[in-house]
Amino acid sequence: MNLEELKKLKEKAQRQVALREGSKKYRVVVSMGTSGIAAGAREVMKTMLDEIEKRGLEDVEVRVTGEVGLEDVEPVVRVEEAGGEKTTYARLDAEKARKIVAEHLEKGKKVDNLAVGKEKKSE
Amino acid sequence: MIRAHILVCAGAGCISSGGNALKDVLAAELKKRGLDGEIKIVETGCMGPCDLGPVMLVHPEGTFYQRVTALDVPKLVEEHFIKGRPYTKLLPKDDVTANVVTTQRDFSFFAKQEKIVLENCGLIDAENIEEYIARDGYAALGKVLTSMKPEQVIAVIKASGLRGRGGAGFPTGVKWELMAKAPTKPKYVICNADEGDPGAFMNRAVLEGDPHRVLEGMAIGAYAMGANRGFIYIRAEYPLAIKRLNIAIAQAYQRGLLGKNLFETSYDFDIEIRIGAGAFVCGEETALMRSIEGRRGQPMPRPPFPAQRGLWGKPTNINNVETWATIKPIILKGAKWYASFGTEKSKGTKVFALAGKIRNTGLAEVPYGTTLREIIFGIGGGIPKDKKFKAVQTGGPSGGVIPAQHLDERVDYESLQKLGSIMGSGGMVVMDEDSCMVDVARFFMDFCCDESCGKCPPCRVGTRQMLNILDRICTGEAELADIEKLESLASVVRDASLCGLGQTAPNPVLTTLRYFRDEYLAHVVEKRCPARVCRELLEFRINEEKCVGCSLCARGCPVHTIFKRDGLKKFYIVEDACIRCGACLDACKFDAVLKTSDGVHARSVTPADLATSSTRATKPVMKK
Repeated sequence: MNLEELKKLKEKAQRQVALREGSKKYRVVVSMGTSGIAAGAREVMKTMLDEIEKRGLEDVEVRVTGEVGLEDVEPVVRVEEAGGEKTTYARLDAEKARKIVAEHLEKGKKVDNLAVGKEKKSE
Repeated sequence: MIRAHILVCAGAGCISSGGNALKDVLAAELKKRGLDGEIKIVETGCMGPCDLGPVMLVHPEGTFYQRVTALDVPKLVEEHFIKGRPYTKLLPKDDVTANVVTTQRDFSFFAKQEKIVLENCGLIDAENIEEYIARDGYAALGKVLTSMKPEQVIAVIKASGLRGRGGAGFPTGVKWELMAKAPTKPKYVICNADEGDPGAFMNRAVLEGDPHRVLEGMAIGAYAMGANRGFIYIRAEYPLAIKRLNIAIAQAYQRGLLGKNLFETSYDFDIEIRIGAGAFVCGEETALMRSIEGRRGQPMPRPPFPAQRGLWGKPTNINNVETWATIKPIILKGAKWYASFGTEKSKGTKVFALAGKIRNTGLAEVPYGTTLREIIFGIGGGIPKDKKFKAVQTGGPSGGVIPAQHLDERVDYESLQKLGSIMGSGGMVVMDEDSCMVDVARFFMDFCCDESCGKCPPCRVGTRQMLNILDRICTGEAELADIEKLESLASVVRDASLCGLGQTAPNPVLTTLRYFRDEYLAHVVEKRCPARVCRELLEFRINEEKCVGCSLCARGCPVHTIFKRDGLKKFYIVEDACIRCGACLDACKFDAVLKTSDGVHARSVTPADLATSSTRATKPVMKK
């Protein structure tokens, strides 16, 4: 092995452990309360996971959370930008979820017609 | 996409508290719920808080779970991974702040540490070289081989101020330089993994949790000193560490990170494991080398030092596991960065193994200069059951006992030496008010006496005689002159022994005599043990006012010496036959059994006792 190969191997391997280190640019939080699950939040999340993988996006982490208080517009997903804006998307399905990944997470453009409100990150 | 990693601690501590089945149970549960494609399970090395084991850490949230059993797994998976909330039942409570801890960062135990040696321990899969490489693994070796001369490497290590972590604290850079100058070839490097102090497990954790780091450090050192062959001397009592080392070595060879022409240079380096049978004396470098050569592990007089004539008569360098594990970050981040940690003479960080009467038993890495109080109370969480801190034993059987008045002492090589103890390899055994200091000294002397190789008489005979005196003190048979004898023997053993084992064996005795002389005097003069530990000086009695006559004590007594008073629902212990095992004390649910050690004056027999003892044999409560 030479230095170049080691560097390549490191870059490849880093993807395996990146999740354990530091925060990512985008944090996707899927609401997984009872109503969220009933409305299909799991399918939405799975679609997003697949889509993120397919597009090879590295700087994204996906978390789940409990009820967020928007029961009537579930499934709800919140996209948080590190140190920046939080966008809440509602009434999602697999198709819309793919769109969010393609537009917001990959290109950094919010999908305004799916968003229900914007708030400045308070933390 | 994998959205979460479950890091399951697979260090020896968590495995022995029942963690070995966790990974499989978790995997089965995730599969059952269709989560196996989005959540990954990783077995890591020791995370540190061994007392809370089995532990696991869930990323990206950083949620830390303690005492996870297989039965908890279904609920944990449902709560955390399906419903997205922490499973509160398994969250630890912070002993320092008294808060429930939701993430690892909030836990005082972790928050106050500075992890350099343990940076990967508990974070990466020790059996996967790629995870080590992801954390800059082997980048230091690559840098050294392709862009640095051996002298430059030594200069960096010297400038970093790194001192040997095995105990004596000799400057590593100076040691390497001596070896590099030795003209003879071939040369060897050795990793001393013969960790044998009671209560110390730092090296084991590094080898189990991040074995590649040690291999990389050895390869760098060997290059700097001109050696092409290395040995890891490890005791057979560490099977898991040996297994992971073997895996690591095989993976490194497979990737070309050990063996011939490393990083396409002309440098070759090979590593072999040598397994020792677990004799304490083999941690001493000359005995260790003899053991590697296949001979009896006995020390040799120095000089010649190993750097002049070591393994098979060739120049040899021996460093401790932790020393080797520190090389990589120094090379990558620079000597200046490393020297910014610690005190003026003791640079960097040290891993301590916290054991004994302390809440957070486990591993903690802190910069030198941290106070004992911060380590024991700030990180260790203090003494359980609100008992009083009495002393801390540092450095194992070679070290000494440090009492409460020195708790604010900053820990480094010099300050501990000043207190009569040593840094040693980093074991810290905490003692509370229930620990008898004479008994502690006896325990360590027993250990040294047992482990003495027998080659030199001061150690072979001296430790035995010291142990005999300590035995007499603990059983109340000693006289005042025995304490003087003990002190003079201690100085002979210390000055005349051949190797470190004997030279340091009197330390526990000397420090306990220095700080707890009153306890020795209580044993010798008053024939009592203030901490109520030494069995021969104890007395068990039943407080008849509290006794309800339930007979639990009598039934638990192994020598059947507890009887019922005639016509009364009260029990009493017949002193002469009592072996003072304390079984009655454990059995009693009404606090009616008293353990006392009031000494020779209190042990007179009252007329009432005589009257009752005459009837004792006629009416046993329980049959055999």
